[in-house]
Amino acid sequence: MPKDSGIGASPKRREDVRFLTGTGNYTDDINLRGQAYVHFLRSDVAHGRINGVNTDAAEGMPGVVRIFTGADFEGVGGLPCGWQVTDRHGEVMQEPAHPVLAQGKVRHVGDPIAAVVAETYEQARDAAEAIEVDIEDLPAVIDMKAALKDGAPKVHDDLTSNLCYDWGFVEENREAVDEAIRNAAHVTTLELVNQRLVANPMEPRVAVGDYSRANDESTLYTTSQNPHVIRLLMGAFVLGIPEHKLRVVAPDVGGGFGSKIFHYAEEAFCTFAARQLNRPVKWTSSRSEAFLSDAQGRDHVTKIELALDGDNNFVALRTDTHANMGAYLSTFSTSVPTWLHGVLMAGNYKTPLIYVNVKAVFTNTVPVDAYRGAGRPEATFQLERVIDKAARELGVDPIALRRQNFITEFPYATPVAVEYDTGDYVATMDKLEEIADLSGFAARRAESEKRGKLRGLGVNCYIEACGIAPSALVGQLGARAGLYDAATVRVNATGSISVMVGAHSHGQGHETAFPQVVAEMLGIDESMVDIVHGDSSRIPFGMGTYGSRSLAVCGSAMVRATEKIINKSKKIAAHLMEASEADIELKDGQFTVAGTDKSVAWGDVTLAAYVPHNYPLEEIEPGLEETAFYDPANFTYPAGAYACEVEVDPETGKVTIERFAAADDFGNVVNPMIVDGQVHGGLAQGIGQALLEGCVYDADGQLLSASYMDYAMPRADDLPFYSVDHSCQTPCTHNPLGVKGCGEAGAIGSPPSVVNAVVDALQSGGHKVDHVDMPLTPSRVWAAMQG
Amino acid sequence: MYEFEFERPGSISDAVAALKTDEAQALGGGQTLIPTMKQRLANPAKLVSLTGIGEMQGVCVEDDGALTIGGATPHAVVAEKAAASYPALAALAGNIGDPAVRNRGTIGGSLANNDPSACYPAAALASGAVIVTNAREIPADDYFQGMFATALEEGEIITSVRFPVPRAANYQKFDQAASRFALVGVFVARFDDGVRVAVTGASEDGVFRWSEAEAALGSDFSAAALDGLALPADGMIGDLHGTPEYRAHLAAVLTRRAVQAAA
Ligand SMILES: Cc1cc2nc3c(=O)[nH]c(=O)nc-3n(C[C@H](O)[C@H](O)[C@H](O)COP(=O)(O)OP(=O)(O)OC[C@H]3O[C@@H](n4cnc5c(N)ncnc54)[C@H](O)[C@@H]3O)c2cc1C
Repeated sequence: MPKDSGIGASPKRREDVRFLTGTGNYTDDINLRGQAYVHFLRSDVAHGRINGVNTDAAEGMPGVVRIFTGADFEGVGGLPCGWQVTDRHGEVMQEPAHPVLAQGKVRHVGDPIAAVVAETYEQARDAAEAIEVDIEDLPAVIDMKAALKDGAPKVHDDLTSNLCYDWGFVEENREAVDEAIRNAAHVTTLELVNQRLVANPMEPRVAVGDYSRANDESTLYTTSQNPHVIRLLMGAFVLGIPEHKLRVVAPDVGGGFGSKIFHYAEEAFCTFAARQLNRPVKWTSSRSEAFLSDAQGRDHVTKIELALDGDNNFVALRTDTHANMGAYLSTFSTSVPTWLHGVLMAGNYKTPLIYVNVKAVFTNTVPVDAYRGAGRPEATFQLERVIDKAARELGVDPIALRRQNFITEFPYATPVAVEYDTGDYVATMDKLEEIADLSGFAARRAESEKRGKLRGLGVNCYIEACGIAPSALVGQLGARAGLYDAATVRVNATGSISVMVGAHSHGQGHETAFPQVVAEMLGIDESMVDIVHGDSSRIPFGMGTYGSRSLAVCGSAMVRATEKIINKSKKIAAHLMEASEADIELKDGQFTVAGTDKSVAWGDVTLAAYVPHNYPLEEIEPGLEETAFYDPANFTYPAGAYACEVEVDPETGKVTIERFAAADDFGNVVNPMIVDGQVHGGLAQGIGQALLEGCVYDADGQLLSASYMDYAMPRADDLPFYSVDHSCQTPCTHNPLGVKGCGEAGAIGSPPSVVNAVVDALQSGGHKVDHVDMPLTPSRVWAAMQG
Repeated sequence: MYEFEFERPGSISDAVAALKTDEAQALGGGQTLIPTMKQRLANPAKLVSLTGIGEMQGVCVEDDGALTIGGATPHAVVAEKAAASYPALAALAGNIGDPAVRNRGTIGGSLANNDPSACYPAAALASGAVIVTNAREIPADDYFQGMFATALEEGEIITSVRFPVPRAANYQKFDQAASRFALVGVFVARFDDGVRVAVTGASEDGVFRWSEAEAALGSDFSAAALDGLALPADGMIGDLHGTPEYRAHLAAVLTRRAVQAAA
């Protein structure tokens, strides 16, 4: 019997009422009295020296308030990188300056050169056109391997080369891995591209800076997944504003997918300009600007080698990846190809020896950073593709090969430094075979063939590290921030509750799911609990939402704070009923004395806390409000098995997804409907990457896929009905809810199964194709069939 | 967007007069022109909307069986009103863009713009349509002059388009995944006196007729008649979405499919 409330129930998302009726409050809905507007003049060349910026004519244009250039930011800090990676040789990464407005050079198309603040947007744009910029074109470096050649033009003149770092992991394994590969019975090699993507949240970025001279306070309203991270980075590193004078508000946010984690120049600019001008300054990104200024995702070029012994056991794995950083280091860019990628290379398999090499490279392109999955999709894709290729080379069933090599005992310490606490990969694979009806595939293939279509089946597993992250561990690995989270449970006098959380909901449904947990713990109705998030002046200092961490980390803090509430309210109840605290039980919102019929209601206790006429004031304080900070002991490790069935039209190369099944182990599940939705969305993005999306620059660094005319987003009719299951549950062993995180799984787990399915279909048609790079456009698939 | 004047005349003659002023430009459904203006890539001093001109609206069957479509008729109206008389054309119109585009975008705007990936140019050329303007009548064979280039003079308005209705016809559109314009589209029209095949989306010279296919189909209207016929990749568009070789191949596949569907 499904529950109708509390943990495990699927109440409808309460936030959807305001989202679907147009009553949300997004950043662009915020308009402040006296607000001015900023338009950024952006570089239209990928690489150039700025010889001069003449704003004289523009200054005199109607409505212009002030024009800022790089010179105005000379005394101001640059945008910081939040993670320092140490390379194979023990050297720290090369870390270039990232000014708010370009200084000296422009380094990608879209790099902001000047900012025009005016009374209206149109006036700001008009004036920007009157700015004369004297830029001397420099040769651009776009291709990563070319960027590393001797004599390649340098993106940053003050660095020794375009190499950010050359990371080896685990460096001590390097020789043993080489040796094992040399001596292996079989080695499968695959070279592939994990193409660059644009995150494309539905709501483009917006920033409104405000300043109060009366109390020297700055406020930034911004489209962020983590207002406190922005307050920390912008306050401490860029503008030098102490925390108590800086408030960051991220109200309703229309999707982020990672791209709204980072601290961006436009946010710092609006905050800075509001102080300088003593009036609010607003920026709203156009979609075209988003293509040129939102951090982009993926962009890895990889060679992977999998070595097997004579019995098809995996004996070693070696990867060599070039990871594009773009022109500057975005906030978490450096951690993505390393600590979110290399440490996942074991996947679901007991490969004893693994070595990962990643060269991070500067190019004259938009910066790259975390995008849904962040590093883990890149790891999963190469691993699951090479396993599939190995199975085909060896003539064994791809599922059997995987099963044979599964990790089956937990906890399991991988050779790449992490310890999986729990999992059951056999169970998710069994579940997948059932829900995907794999036994019916042969009949479906025969039916497709009758219609002249090639049908293929692709299967893969995935593992990810979520619940980011244990602060002490990531600190050792180079993180410049803690990655705990925080929650304050404020019980009001009448028993209603506001929970102030550090996590930020921008589509995830926290406002519905988090109250389910608190209500269940207290035995009260969910409608009595509200979530407050997104405003640094209202919530405790938490780290926000990314890496599928909200419930696992912030939810754990919320549980701890609620436990404190329960403890204190039991003391109050004991006092009210003149009983011993140890005898008090809380059930269904009633406090009872064990073994008696004495009881007081939740509301009696909360009222007593605020009207402490009859209250143990000598023992405890009045009021009922508790805060907890939670730092996880380990990552969580969601895992699963996915299956995709495609049809390929052999005449046109067009791929259609006929069936898709996902069997996930997310540990315990609070709201199954929301989890379904998260998986559906992730699958849409993963299938989008596999078939449709691709961010492409030409050799001069012009973005060719700069609008929806050329950047193909998945639409409903590109996607099948999914079969999604999360009934295999091995609860996380180290957080109080036993939850693992579900936000990224779909995007991580789906691209390999799509490509595996297409390769299977093509081979079934007699084509000797063992790989096609994503996106699998009809043109590419057709070309692959031509040989 | 830059500032501009706006006029919405009620007759063709008023529109022609309004377009005589400096930097004036006709506005159909605005589905191409308005986005271009928003990006500040077009800067007309005045927009002359054609949507208020009654004589440029609607679909009617002439005495000789030809179909005349007013130059300011939106795609959605063509999809509905031409369904009985010229189903292949109605289906084409009903598959342009999304509902908003179909309710605003007009046949005149599409043909005036002559986007190399647009659908209507294939229908007009394959049907041997006549583009009727305020000044003259232009046969489709003379009208299309390359990507975004047409025989229209400055200020000339497409007031209607006259389509001879073929015995059988079909349009095969292969969507470009992002824009869902035609990556390649092929319109095949079979008349009593011959077959016309027009290909859009493929060539760097815009919509064109595939004369070898027309000749082969003229004597034998079947997919088999096309066996061995291929278009050269030379001169085809190559971009993110398809190579010239792919487009040439696709044009042949779609032609066969159109013939099969029409037969
Ligand atoms: C999202 C989207 C998807 C689309 N998908 C497709 C598709 O799949 N297939 C397709 O074919 N098209 C597609 N289009 C284009 C659409 O059909 C447009 O409507 C068409 O290209 C222009 O028509 P319009 O009436 O909007 O012209 P406008 O944008 O108003 O004008 C376009 C040009 O034509 C001129 N003009 C307009 N009317 C006349 C006239 N009567 N006489 C002379 N000049 C005139 C204008 O001055 C301007 O130069 C799409 C457009 C969008 C926005």
